[in-house]
Amino acid sequence: MPVERQLPAEDLLLEVRDLHVHFPLDEGTVKAVAGVDFDVYRNRTLCVVGESGCGKSVSAQSILQLVDRPGRIVQGQIRFHRHDADGSVTVTDLAALRSSSRALRAIRGRHIGMVFQEPNTSLSPIHTVGNQISEVIQLHLGEDEEAARRRGIEMLERVGIARPAQNYDAYTFELSGGMRQRVMIAMALVCSPALLIADEPTTALDVTTQAQIMSLLQELQADFGMGVMLITHDLGVVAEMADDVVVMYLGQVAEYGDVDRIFHAPAHPYTKALLRSIPNLDFDQDIRLDSIRGMVPDPFHRPVGCPFGPRCDEVIEGRCEAENPPAFSLEEGGSVRCLHYEEVTLS
Amino acid sequence: MPADAFRRFSTRQGGVLWAPPCPRTMIRYILRRLLIMIPTLFGISIIAFIIIQLPPGDYLTTVIAQLSASGDLVEEDVIASLKAQYGLDRPMHVQYLKWISNILLRGDFGTSFEWDVAVGELIWSRLGLTVTLSVATLLFTWAVAFPVGIYAAVRQYSWGDYLFTGIGFVGLAIPNFLLALVLMYVAFKYFNQSVGGLFSPDFVEAPWTWARVQDMLGHLWVPMIILGTAGTAGLIRIMRANLLDELRKPYVKTARAKGLSELRLLLKYPVRVALNPFVSTIGLTLPILISGSAIVSVVLSLPTSGPLLLRALIAQDMYLAGSFILMLGIITVLGTLLSDLLLAWLDPRIRFDD
Repeated sequence: MPVERQLPAEDLLLEVRDLHVHFPLDEGTVKAVAGVDFDVYRNRTLCVVGESGCGKSVSAQSILQLVDRPGRIVQGQIRFHRHDADGSVTVTDLAALRSSSRALRAIRGRHIGMVFQEPNTSLSPIHTVGNQISEVIQLHLGEDEEAARRRGIEMLERVGIARPAQNYDAYTFELSGGMRQRVMIAMALVCSPALLIADEPTTALDVTTQAQIMSLLQELQADFGMGVMLITHDLGVVAEMADDVVVMYLGQVAEYGDVDRIFHAPAHPYTKALLRSIPNLDFDQDIRLDSIRGMVPDPFHRPVGCPFGPRCDEVIEGRCEAENPPAFSLEEGGSVRCLHYEEVTLS
Repeated sequence: MPADAFRRFSTRQGGVLWAPPCPRTMIRYILRRLLIMIPTLFGISIIAFIIIQLPPGDYLTTVIAQLSASGDLVEEDVIASLKAQYGLDRPMHVQYLKWISNILLRGDFGTSFEWDVAVGELIWSRLGLTVTLSVATLLFTWAVAFPVGIYAAVRQYSWGDYLFTGIGFVGLAIPNFLLALVLMYVAFKYFNQSVGGLFSPDFVEAPWTWARVQDMLGHLWVPMIILGTAGTAGLIRIMRANLLDELRKPYVKTARAKGLSELRLLLKYPVRVALNPFVSTIGLTLPILISGSAIVSVVLSLPTSGPLLLRALIAQDMYLAGSFILMLGIITVLGTLLSDLLLAWLDPRIRFDD
């Protein structure tokens, strides 16, 4: 992935390189992630956007090796840069660790926190909020029950839970969906991780709560200075939250760049089509909203050439059906996997 | 499960596995459950009484039939006086009220017609042994089904899973009495040992001593295994299926994302949730065990309630049969209560569900 965009190298948290995640099934192998590259920096938010089934969630979950069986990382590197208090940096390739190894477990929940889509089912129904939060504190920070309780209540207050001391002893079924997602966020951030991965954290919530959770995430990021990787299918959320954007299509990064460039000068035909399909307020009611023609291909039969080829309006006859383009760097910064940009440069 | 042991085992490695529930909610729940039990037990006593009255005739009919078969003629007035003596000439509800009030007020279960002794003298030791055998079987069932079920779920479709599944289906399919016969045959033929009964000949009539308990434990394992096989096989399937469902739940992934070790998160989250149906089977298993043990007890000649109840029913020995049915009903209700209390203790969703 190009580093031509001048981001401070000392803030680099995560480099994902050529990641491939396959699901060997009886019907054939699903290549859910087929060569993905991106970086996450401290104090910045990377949004990964795409349709359902494009591999954005699998990419996110494979960072901590949480992909459901039979999915597994078959190729690539996930280099995590651990910044210690004394200024030293340790780089670990998470993809090379065993999923149940001590080394990986020491990073999960401690240096990388994760928030999931469904707060209702992502929390245990039979343990109290406090039990589930203090568990992380005791595990990673070695604090006793008493200290863990104090820290847990503090964290609940920080994420905007009313009466934190009381709700610390509540069961999750006594809380609303928005409250539960706040508990999930408190749980993910209670050890002050350097990186937060949020996998569609607001999909299961109503619109008002969604906005509250998003502004909470922004606030917490400013406080903790962490890097955030946000998975979403909502371009509105991207516009609101992102510093950098990865647009994924069929397990590959179609386009990568900073948020202004993606919205104002989209390069990939897929990104352009996505942006055309958002309604806005001064939209002329008589014109039909654009949608992307065709359907996402069957995961067992990926197109031979460019994965977006069959649905693309700007196909180059004779080439797009045959070649899957590599990532080309753009002058404006970022990169794009499209043969239209071949003459620019090969990254 | 002592809560303190759980705590001690768990605090070092982050968080408690399980915290005891608030006593107030728990006491309220227990009181409510105890109140519900009263009408249930009352209903059981009525049904028990109706059941023993259902077959045509009564104990006297049986006696008269036996006497006439041996050539003795019974005078009408003798029959009438006997009827009056046993109270059999009164209407059914009067008989019931007399029976139940004697039990409630004096603990008097009536007299066995056939044995001509107080029912209480006959049933207590047999009920005690029945409960001992059932509880031992239940514990055996759990001790085997719990770890094997977890193993089969966590290693789904492994060699071990297939092996236990195979054994489980064979265990479910073999009728208890057949297993009893085969075990008796094998023990007699190859080990020259009689496995019938619950005591060695020397101890059958002996008073309760430590030696007698040891002797009983030495005999108990045979009926325990016979009675427990089918239940164990069933419970393994239940545990496996429940745990497989729970293992796919998102909260397991959350726990993994926190950095917990696989064993710890397995025991704390999915196994705990999968335990619920497991615990609720106590209430179901007890009556099955008690009624299922009748045939096995006859085959193995165990001094439990089954064979005597069977005989009392055949002879229409009304109060003896009725008292057995009543007591077995009460044991079942108590078993259900026990499993409900355990469930409420384990699962807050049940405690809070008013």
